Amino acid sequence: MSSTNATISSPVMPVHDPKGGLLIALNATLKRDMMLMLRRRGEVLNPLVFFALVITLFPIGISPDPELLAVIAPGLLWVAALLAALLSLDSLFRSDYEDGSLEQLLLAPQPLAALGLAKVAVHWLLTGLPLALMAPLLGIMLALPTGSYAVLALSLALGTASLSLIGAIGAALTVGLARGGVLLSLLVLPLYIPVLIFGAGAVQAAIMGDGVTAHLAILGALLAVALMLAPWAIAASLRISING
Amino acid sequence: MSLCLQARQLACERDDRWLFEGLDLDIQSGEIVRIEGPNGSGKTTLLKILSGQLSDYHGELYWNGSLMHEVREHFLANLLYLGHAPGVKAGLSPLENLAWYQALSGEQGTETQREDALSRVGLRGFEDVPAGQLSAGQQRRIALARLTLTPRALWVLDEPFTAIDRHGVAALEAQLVAHASAGGCVLVTTHHELTASPVLRRVQLG
Repeated sequence: MSSTNATISSPVMPVHDPKGGLLIALNATLKRDMMLMLRRRGEVLNPLVFFALVITLFPIGISPDPELLAVIAPGLLWVAALLAALLSLDSLFRSDYEDGSLEQLLLAPQPLAALGLAKVAVHWLLTGLPLALMAPLLGIMLALPTGSYAVLALSLALGTASLSLIGAIGAALTVGLARGGVLLSLLVLPLYIPVLIFGAGAVQAAIMGDGVTAHLAILGALLAVALMLAPWAIAASLRISING
Repeated sequence: MSLCLQARQLACERDDRWLFEGLDLDIQSGEIVRIEGPNGSGKTTLLKILSGQLSDYHGELYWNGSLMHEVREHFLANLLYLGHAPGVKAGLSPLENLAWYQALSGEQGTETQREDALSRVGLRGFEDVPAGQLSAGQQRRIALARLTLTPRALWVLDEPFTAIDRHGVAALEAQLVAHASAGGCVLVTTHHELTASPVLRRVQLG
């Protein structure tokens, strides 16, 4: 109906093909999210403070007896770290959703799965990794037997990466909801169970003096699967949330 | 290759109410198309459908003759969408905000380009102030700086004049006309009267 409008003399703006540049986009997204998180220090510190406080409560609430604490320490440390990581997940996409950046992220001529993965990587670097590095310190407080500290940190570093990836799917699904926090926990916690079993198992095995490689290998395998599948699930979930 | 966005028999239902039905649209190079209608008539929904953000509609969309979902990458590489929310991060400075948008389109860009784009929307001197400390109009101007910074043929602008002062409105309107006469195309919703636009086409909803 409007073919008459486009006269031959009128200039035509070139329509160009996608430029690619995925690496540039990934790099910029990593840098941007890092910068934003580091400017809101409170949000980075919250999970760490939560982790420390919860662990402090156990000797007070149960018993300061080192032998008793040493038995439950691996499980406690893992559960507390898992909850601390979960606590920080709700805000992963929320501010982007509220200020319209998420809409723009979805419209970028780049694969959404890769951009989502960059955001998750920042989350892990500023939540999971610090939790893993802090855990041995809190282990001292729970009289964790020596020799298991390195395994604790390593298992948490591997495990929290899976937790961030799995949790990001839940965060993407609930980003459009006003109070998504509780629903997020309900969605994500059941999926955290395998990671918790093998993570705490690795520390337990280190205390017993058994080989830890099997446990760590399974944690690595879980991470590999999460890395393979989660980015697509995150992308699909974000699309659903935005379309709703 | 020229630019052409077509909609065929577009229909969208919200809460058991048809926002629009059987809508045929041809949008080509050099056009400014203004979507009109009262509040709640589906202007934003139509813009979101036409920019490929929604999937719960009936009908077909074509980009340069191919089905939109088959050439989505190509379509997105030529689309600039500005929605209700400006998409500006309060914790980042205008320069940092623009750097991310430039990188998303796959270009590294330079600081000078971004400074130029900012000064063109009247934000010279505010380059390094966190966007959260700027006014609503200034934040929208950051978003509008993307129009010059990342050149795209198709602009889809949802209420771009919101919170912009009178001088800024005139400049933006001139920019829309210039874009259309350079062969680009603009899809816009606004309650503001576009006076300076000779090539304006209207689509009435509701």
